[in-house]
Amino acid sequence: MDLFIQQVVSGFATGGIYACMALSVVMIYQAIHHLNFAQGEMAMFSTYIAWQLLAWGLPYWAVFPLVIAISFVGGFAVERIVFKPIENAPVLSHIVIFIALFAIFNSFAGFIWDFTIKAVPSPFGDGPLYPGAPIGTHQAGMIGVTMVVLVMLWAFFRFTRMGLAMRAAAANPDSARLVGVKVSMMTALGWGMASAIGAVAGVLIAPVVFLEPNMMLSILLYGFAGAVLGGLTSPAGAVLGGFLVGIIENLAGTYIPVIGGELKLPIALFLIVAVLLIKPAGLLGRRTVQRV
Amino acid sequence: MITRRSALMAAVATSALVAGPALAEDPIKIGNVMPYSGPASAYGTIGKTINAYIEMTNAKGGVNGRQIEFISYDDGYSPPKMVEQVRRLVEQDEVTALFQTLGTPTNTAIHKYINAKRVPHLFLATGAAKWDDPENFPMTMGWQPSYVVEAKIYAKYIMDNMPDAKVAMLYQNDDFGKDYYNGFKEGLGDKVDMLVAEAPYEVAAPTVDSEVINLKASGADVFIIIATPKFAAQAIKKSAEIGWEAQRFLTNVSLSVGGVLKPAGFEASKGIISAGYLMEEGDAQFADSPELLEWREFMAEWYPEGDVTSSFTVFGYSVGATIVHTLEMAGDDLSREGILAAAASLKDYDAPLLLPGILINTAEDDFAPIEAMQLQKFDGESWKRFGEVITVD
Repeated sequence: MDLFIQQVVSGFATGGIYACMALSVVMIYQAIHHLNFAQGEMAMFSTYIAWQLLAWGLPYWAVFPLVIAISFVGGFAVERIVFKPIENAPVLSHIVIFIALFAIFNSFAGFIWDFTIKAVPSPFGDGPLYPGAPIGTHQAGMIGVTMVVLVMLWAFFRFTRMGLAMRAAAANPDSARLVGVKVSMMTALGWGMASAIGAVAGVLIAPVVFLEPNMMLSILLYGFAGAVLGGLTSPAGAVLGGFLVGIIENLAGTYIPVIGGELKLPIALFLIVAVLLIKPAGLLGRRTVQRV
Repeated sequence: MITRRSALMAAVATSALVAGPALAEDPIKIGNVMPYSGPASAYGTIGKTINAYIEMTNAKGGVNGRQIEFISYDDGYSPPKMVEQVRRLVEQDEVTALFQTLGTPTNTAIHKYINAKRVPHLFLATGAAKWDDPENFPMTMGWQPSYVVEAKIYAKYIMDNMPDAKVAMLYQNDDFGKDYYNGFKEGLGDKVDMLVAEAPYEVAAPTVDSEVINLKASGADVFIIIATPKFAAQAIKKSAEIGWEAQRFLTNVSLSVGGVLKPAGFEASKGIISAGYLMEEGDAQFADSPELLEWREFMAEWYPEGDVTSSFTVFGYSVGATIVHTLEMAGDDLSREGILAAAASLKDYDAPLLLPGILINTAEDDFAPIEAMQLQKFDGESWKRFGEVITVD
């Protein structure tokens, strides 16, 4: 029983990592209706920028907003420079560019900061949450921040004109344009926001998994799984999905002997397939109805 | 523009080709492949150190009056690239031997090829146990203590000093991790039930937190961490965070203070035991050891841009000395057969910078040059060696 609780709590903590990343996946999906494969690498790159600023001696709470701002501008710029010119190209061209960005960010991080692991400090401390806890103060703090980002994101889409415009631009670009929404600008803003959220995720994840160029590789996969499980259109669903993936992964790895260490990773993929077959919109996602 | 010089060079190259590679005044060609670029490029330092060592040897007159030509290419730690570069070394450069090719997956890719070509494949820079197989692969020989040797040393120490221990092991689910896992079990022999829990992890996993929690729940009081640097740091940090007061052992692969223990936290890393076989700059006991003094002079004169605090420069120097010694032992017979025979008959060779008491021994049926290590404990700042050198076979 003790082990069960420990694994659930630790799964919750790892799930916090996935939830954070899943939020950034949902953000970009809301803006462009695609999954951006380079999302994780962009977050990793933002984390390196944060690490560099900290290494230069800037205080943590100056670096945190600064990195979010830099990442926002960076994401915005990537959209303007790379995606704007191919706005009307088929989906496949976009996917090729996602993959190209993935390789570019990954290689440049290695080139600039080399491949040895780096420790990113935590603003929440290093100790266990309570003596003997399987979850550290940092992971608890990370879950707290994820919740705050979630509420902000939800409020943005629900209550602001810009949030509404962004949803409209992604859901039905033609009609949105007719009612005066600047669709192309909305897409760029969505990129900016997604990479800003990715920066938050990266900076919070790095103290747990350590910073290196391949840090986000499998986390993005789990983040996708979480977002698909909870619903790609729903920030709350993505966070819920992230936590569920973390807990399911731990429990399956601990209690199903066949799965053990080897089959833990495919669980994420199995979840994606299962959700798409049974409930394609995800647990909390909105069902899309399209007139044909 | 074709200059007269390049025409001349071409003419010289052609005549060399006609003359064949056996002339006594020809340099001895030693081929090597290292990751000078890509994710494992830190290892490239080893190749640069060896190159400097060979330059120094040549400046001192070479081996038996002949110069050594060290040809080293980059494979970026990619097995297909390694195959390509090794073919180039063997078929175009016509090297006499391959030396210190780096990496387990990369060397695996050329293992059969190089044995079929009957080119000596000496002193590889990898700790896999499979290089010690003279019966099936008579050209290939490792150098450093294999993972199996290291695991057996831990098993021996635990059986001798903590006979009631309950051991838990975290290991990477690949050749590297399984070498340790099997070696450790082999080392325990009939006491194999001392190993009460084991958890493999995949290199693609984001964290090993869940595995560490499971291992702690087994009630073990010894925790062996067989992991590459990132996961080793995670396991060290997590085990300290959840207050698991087990005696931790850490594979030699991840003992870098700057690359693993510092990111994991010095406080969290205190008390970890690992094993080593090379001297280190900064170890007070060797402050004025003649071998280190000589190495420092070498670094200053032949490789001034090299990092003296890096274990790779120590490693490169020591293994560089081993190949030069082997060539000297081959005497006048610097053919492939002669070099291989010399490599397989090293007797109590005390290569520079090996810890005192560790000697290199090989035989026709023993292709494992170094089979001894000394344990060391991390005191919160640096590794402190303790106890005797432990030898296993």
